Amino acid sequence: MRQASLLFLVRRLVQVVPVVLAIAAVNFFLLRMAPGDVADILAGQMGHATLEFTQQLRREFGLDQPVYMQFFYYIGKLLTLDLGRSHLQQAPVIDLILDRLPATVILMLTSILIAIAVGIVLGVAAARREGRLADTLVSVTALVVYATPAFWLGLMLIVLFSIQLDLLPSGGMYQIGAGRTGLAHALDVAKHLVLPSVTLGLFYVAIYTRLMRASMLEVYGLEFITTARAKGLSETTIAWTHALRNALLPVVTLAGVQFGHLLGGSILVETVFAWPGLGRLVFDALLQRDLNLLLGILFVSSVVVVFANLAVDLIYGLLDPRIVHK
Amino acid sequence: MNGLALFWRRYRRNRGAVAGAATLALVVVAALVGPLLYPVDPFDMVGRPSQPPFGRFPLGTDVAGRDVLAGILNGARISLVIGILASLAATLLGVLVGAIAGYYGGRIDDMLMRVTEFFLTIPSFVLAVVVVAIFQPTVMTVTCAIAIVSWPSVARLARGEFIAQRDREYVKGCRAIGMPDWEIILLQIMPNALPPVIVVSSLMVATAILTESGLSFLGLGDPNLVSWGYMIGVARTVLRTAWWMAAIPGAMILVTVLAINLVGEGLNDALNPKLRRR
Amino acid sequence: MTAPMPPVLAVEGLSVEFRTARGVVRAVDDLSFTIGEGETVAIVGESGSGKSTAAMAMLRLIADPPGRIVAGSIRLDGQELLTLDDASLRRVRGRQIAMIFQDPMMALNPIYTIERQIGEVLRLHLGVGRAEAFAQTVELLRLVGVPAPEDRARQYPHNLSGGMRQRVMIAMALACRPRLLIADEPTTALDVTVQAQVLELIQELKTRLGMAVLLITHDLGVVAETAHRVIVMYTGGKVEEATAGQLFADPRHPYTQGLLQAAKWEESDGVELREIPGTVPSPFAMPTGCSFAPRCAAVVPRCQTDRPALTEILPGRPVRCFVAQGAAR
Repeated sequence: MRQASLLFLVRRLVQVVPVVLAIAAVNFFLLRMAPGDVADILAGQMGHATLEFTQQLRREFGLDQPVYMQFFYYIGKLLTLDLGRSHLQQAPVIDLILDRLPATVILMLTSILIAIAVGIVLGVAAARREGRLADTLVSVTALVVYATPAFWLGLMLIVLFSIQLDLLPSGGMYQIGAGRTGLAHALDVAKHLVLPSVTLGLFYVAIYTRLMRASMLEVYGLEFITTARAKGLSETTIAWTHALRNALLPVVTLAGVQFGHLLGGSILVETVFAWPGLGRLVFDALLQRDLNLLLGILFVSSVVVVFANLAVDLIYGLLDPRIVHK
Repeated sequence: MNGLALFWRRYRRNRGAVAGAATLALVVVAALVGPLLYPVDPFDMVGRPSQPPFGRFPLGTDVAGRDVLAGILNGARISLVIGILASLAATLLGVLVGAIAGYYGGRIDDMLMRVTEFFLTIPSFVLAVVVVAIFQPTVMTVTCAIAIVSWPSVARLARGEFIAQRDREYVKGCRAIGMPDWEIILLQIMPNALPPVIVVSSLMVATAILTESGLSFLGLGDPNLVSWGYMIGVARTVLRTAWWMAAIPGAMILVTVLAINLVGEGLNDALNPKLRRR
Repeated sequence: MTAPMPPVLAVEGLSVEFRTARGVVRAVDDLSFTIGEGETVAIVGESGSGKSTAAMAMLRLIADPPGRIVAGSIRLDGQELLTLDDASLRRVRGRQIAMIFQDPMMALNPIYTIERQIGEVLRLHLGVGRAEAFAQTVELLRLVGVPAPEDRARQYPHNLSGGMRQRVMIAMALACRPRLLIADEPTTALDVTVQAQVLELIQELKTRLGMAVLLITHDLGVVAETAHRVIVMYTGGKVEEATAGQLFADPRHPYTQGLLQAAKWEESDGVELREIPGTVPSPFAMPTGCSFAPRCAAVVPRCQTDRPALTEILPGRPVRCFVAQGAAR
């Protein structure tokens, strides 16, 4: 069994390779389509780079060679995580990205975990009260949230909780200059995390609630639920064990698909809350028209999403014992 | 006629969908005739900046003293135009890919689905941002960028429909009499595969409007046109003193997107009665 | 004749209705029967006869809405089940009355191990710990003839064959030594060779554990092998009841006769299936008289207008048929 799991892991890892290559190809294509000289973009200095430096980049990226050779050079560079330079901060793109990635990952993980937890609870609750007032209320709320632009929701939450009620900070990741360390720092970050993660997560709460509800209702129609009742289990036990774990399977699959979307939402939400992650970096890059930095972010975030999907697949394997044998 | 009556009877049963259609109709009318009835240039500085609503200007003025109502009316045009065009383009591309993959199957299917999955995987909003940034923001590029990130879901759906249809008797019959593939795909199978696709692409209009608002909020909108997302982006700086300035265009987005989603669900009930969701 | 023993299960005047979009349907109508200790009673009938609904009603497992028990009494060892509160009802379910279903693949939760699913019953009703539950689970699996029970216990339903799964279901049902086992089409989803084994197992365990068995089936072959008494149901009501011997030797209701005829043909070669002509009437369009009249070969004019009552034509032989009742007069 363990061997089968390992095989599964290796197979999935191998499947990742062409996807990463395809991402690189898209990047290369976009780079070639961008206005201006490729070496200038890579230099990240918008024409202000020294001739010497652009010449060096030309050599490194094989820009004096035919296009297909350039492609191979480019892929080679990407695979060694050399994404060129950013003129934003006069630093290698990869350094800037890796610097910001943790904040984005924290925000995304917090949001998705909140969303899954709340979505499960609401979805199960709604399914158990199918057709009653609570169910309708949950469904209608989900529909409204589903239609709310996250960045706008964030602004409105700032108005309410930061400006009017003065309960939570309106932006940033921690209080600058406070010099907190250890637990105090963690708590400070958590406090700053509340609004952004709620903003980003709420949309997914709506999605998971609707999905969970539908999935639970489907599972409730299956015969093993009758068996569980015939065994004398209480409705609560049945809902949270037998029904929930089966109903989770399609929801987990969806969570994987959602990661790319989540990252997009994260960009907007980070912009709203000045959260120092990739999204904020995108905003800055846009202001400075730093195309190379943008391309780098596209590459890295795509790769992150691919691996997040891989992780979800593995979790799915843990949840569904049938999967290994397929 | 009879089919239309049946359609309406099924649609009408979903009260939310009827309300959604009415709301959407209002938005459409506002977009079509609003700027004619209220002919104020949304870029003109008409008064003191940051005036609250219900004063000299129905919805107040923004940070640059521009009329918010004029912006809302003109923004409705942009949102709807981009939403609908992007959804149409994505549907065309998606159906094309899905139809070919589903009809032919085999290696073509494998290859096309790999591409589709790939586009489903990469962060679509980031891709849209990069595409618009590289090609400069215009209505055209924004529409294309949204279409590029939206077509895969249509492709998957259309493929499923074509797979379900391709071995039916009537398709076999068409093949037997030597009908060319493109004719079978377009004239025979397509009408049967279309209903669920219509539902998905109507829902896609809503997503496209959300994406467009996000892009223009980041400053990636056509600089010559006012859009709701742009208005929110502008109002951000005065959130502390004039929260309504951001609230109004956002509420418009919410209402429009909600209405479209409700219409989409109504279409689903009316067009796919067998697939009634619970 | 032995001294009358108090019945384990006594059902009286049970009626179940379903509220549907097209109106109220009576799925079980005024059903009464008893099951004694160590006795196997079979309910037979085509699909739509209400036999499965009746079985589900024993444990109040009918989903409400749309279904509802509207009248009657179900007593287990003298205790009324229909008025029990939820908590007390749950103590009856799985402990005093256990149930097995037609398709064990569907009836077992696919994502839990066998051990988890059987152990759950033990821990719930007997309050045993995890380790004890495992030990007892292995014992139960051994009891129902599952080879290598320690290994099997740790496996999932999809790792087992159909017959093994039904044995697991039986082990789960027997975990608390119930007074009554309800088996709803327990062999229908199984291979023919496995069917006999499973039936034998149920019989053997019934004797060994001294429980009562309510067997729901459409298969008269199964009835002949296992049941003491047989209740024939049609459109929600009992049309005939007899000991298995009497029923097979001397069926009185034309419907029973038709069923037996059909079974004989099936048994002989199965080439030409002789079925009772016609179909079960729609519950929305019940005939005014006898509900079997439209399909009945022995029909007389009165059958079209009056509904026959269930009357004993001989001691212990109630039949719901004017013709049979007339013949007995």
